[in-house]
Amino acid sequence: MALLEIKNLHARVAAAGGRDILKGVNLSIDSGQVHAIMGKNGSGKSTLAQVLMGRETYQVTDGQVLYQGKDLLALSAEERAREGIFLAFQYPVEIPGVSTSYFLKAAVNAVRKHRGQSELDAFEFLKVVKEKMALLKMDQSFMNRAVNEGFSGGEKKRNEIFQMAVCDPKLALMDETDSGLDIDALKVVAHGASTLRRPDRAILMVTHYQRLLNYIEPDRVHVMLDGRIVKSGDKSLALELEERGYDWIEHEAA
Amino acid sequence: MTQLAENKFAHQPQYRRLIDRQRGDAFVRALRERGIERFDEVGFPPTTDEDWRLTNVTPIARVPFALGELTEDESARELAARFTLGDAAATEIVVVNGHCSQRLSRLGKSVRGDTVTDLASALNRHPHLVEPHLGRYAKIEANPFVALNTGFLHDGVCVHVARGAAVQKPIHLLHISTQGETPTVSHPRALIVVEEGAQATIVETYVGSPGVYWTNAVTEIVAAPGAIIDHCRLQQESHQAFHVATLAVHMSEQSNFVSHSATLGAALTRNDLTVTMAGPRAEATLNGLVILSGRQHADNHTLLDHTQPNCPSHELYKHLLSDTSSGVFKGKILVRPDAQKTDSKQTSKSLLLSDTATMNSQPALEIYADDVKCTHGSTTGPVDEEMVFYLRSRGVSMEAARHLLAYAFAADVTRRIRVAPIRERIEDFLAAQHGLPRDLRITDIGAHDEAAR
Repeated sequence: MALLEIKNLHARVAAAGGRDILKGVNLSIDSGQVHAIMGKNGSGKSTLAQVLMGRETYQVTDGQVLYQGKDLLALSAEERAREGIFLAFQYPVEIPGVSTSYFLKAAVNAVRKHRGQSELDAFEFLKVVKEKMALLKMDQSFMNRAVNEGFSGGEKKRNEIFQMAVCDPKLALMDETDSGLDIDALKVVAHGASTLRRPDRAILMVTHYQRLLNYIEPDRVHVMLDGRIVKSGDKSLALELEERGYDWIEHEAA
Repeated sequence: MTQLAENKFAHQPQYRRLIDRQRGDAFVRALRERGIERFDEVGFPPTTDEDWRLTNVTPIARVPFALGELTEDESARELAARFTLGDAAATEIVVVNGHCSQRLSRLGKSVRGDTVTDLASALNRHPHLVEPHLGRYAKIEANPFVALNTGFLHDGVCVHVARGAAVQKPIHLLHISTQGETPTVSHPRALIVVEEGAQATIVETYVGSPGVYWTNAVTEIVAAPGAIIDHCRLQQESHQAFHVATLAVHMSEQSNFVSHSATLGAALTRNDLTVTMAGPRAEATLNGLVILSGRQHADNHTLLDHTQPNCPSHELYKHLLSDTSSGVFKGKILVRPDAQKTDSKQTSKSLLLSDTATMNSQPALEIYADDVKCTHGSTTGPVDEEMVFYLRSRGVSMEAARHLLAYAFAADVTRRIRVAPIRERIEDFLAAQHGLPRDLRITDIGAHDEAAR
């Protein structure tokens, strides 16, 4: 059984008169696999990540999503998180007044509580966190700062991958994690993310460029066009896209 | 407004009795007379007065208040014990119903250079320290309630910090209102003078036992050249009480004044905070937090009066409103012709936790100099859905996310408060209101240090 099974997924912007964005997405991901979804801006790839996380600004109009064999669409965003889905945001949100430390502890314990595990106390939490901070080359002071407040673009993305490491998801969705990063920041983030590849975890990366895939080699690459996956292949597809752009796919699909 | 006119002279018999008992010296008598004459002339302000357009004081005018008397009964003692800063304070003066209580206060002999006494003794013993300042900054013409307070001037607090002295711990002025047979009014008065190069932290707390009463407070603060003052004001009155207060600050050159103002209590609150930057290179910071629920109403008027060049000022006011509560913020920045190189930033943010809460936020810039930098921003709205989703995506429930964000919204102001027991009191109040655990206190981990100013 696949970890995630998306069948003919249709979604549109929930507001009145909202556009259709996803127009029949089919995708199957197994544990241990890394999949990349590539495509031009506006193709619907970020929307797919958001819909999978349960964002209510999008309305699913047709199709089905099975996660561990169960109906994912019936769950709220927080229930999905507790079931092991994690979204690394393209634009991480600043939350002034909430420390990263409190935020992360709340996140970790929400998942642990759901799994019937005891909540981590301050000491145990610190132990987990320290190890992951080293992985992402993060300074201790990070924990005392308000969530993402005043962070640079690189720090925000690093914080997303750091949270992903701490939250220990079964399915990690990475939405344009490489966007807005300079080459040094990209290296740190990509290296951190690559160490999170595990046999009991699936990763779905949404990206515009191929460069992140140099660090985390995908098992499968999919190209999205106008709300549908129109071409799938192995990692060589990503290289081809880098070389030739997206236009030939459009012609092929037309 | 006939109601207001009818009650305009209701205070007169009380005033006559006070005059008969308290002769005072000629200086205070003259002040009182001018105050009461002014109030007789103008009475309670009607909502047709632009400054009072959004706050109707008729409910105050309607109540036949009796003048508060000094009591050291159980309820006064209980409130004093509950709100004491204990060892965290250098000195603590307790004012009950507008009168200093020697018994409840903890004054002691100071070796640090600060003197905290009741105003009457200060006037007797050190008239040269008091008379040049008292009644000079909180102007009776500016506000009818200041006139009324001045008319009833007879007791109060005088804080004097000598030249060059640095008082590490806060000086606490604890104002208590107790319940009598009938609703009472008190007119607490404080004069705080921080001399040249001296440094002090002043905390003013306003509390009371449950029920209807009225606090009509006036505090004047004088910052001599180079003085550094951190002023912390916590208003946690009974939810049936009325609270009207003026804080007038006079700043000399290179002085630094920081105000933290928290409004948590009272059915109706009106605060007027006026800061006059009367010397060059003075720096003022005003931080305000207003947390209202039920049918509470609070109106904060602030004025940053830039009269001299090179003065920076920073202002942040936040309102957290639930139920059918209402908030008003009017922040005026006045830059006079000589105040070149003024650098002033004002921010007002309001979070509405219900559809029926209302906020009225008005920035007002009046600029008469040409080389200045003044910015202001005002936002009012519900909890940010982007933030809610971010939290939910990490497993936090929708309810918990909303409460956490309300707390965080306020914590952005509380973390700047350097007097730990006051900061914690506000945070505990918030945590209780939002059903959050105490370990939420983000300030426990020192996050306030860099932001605090």
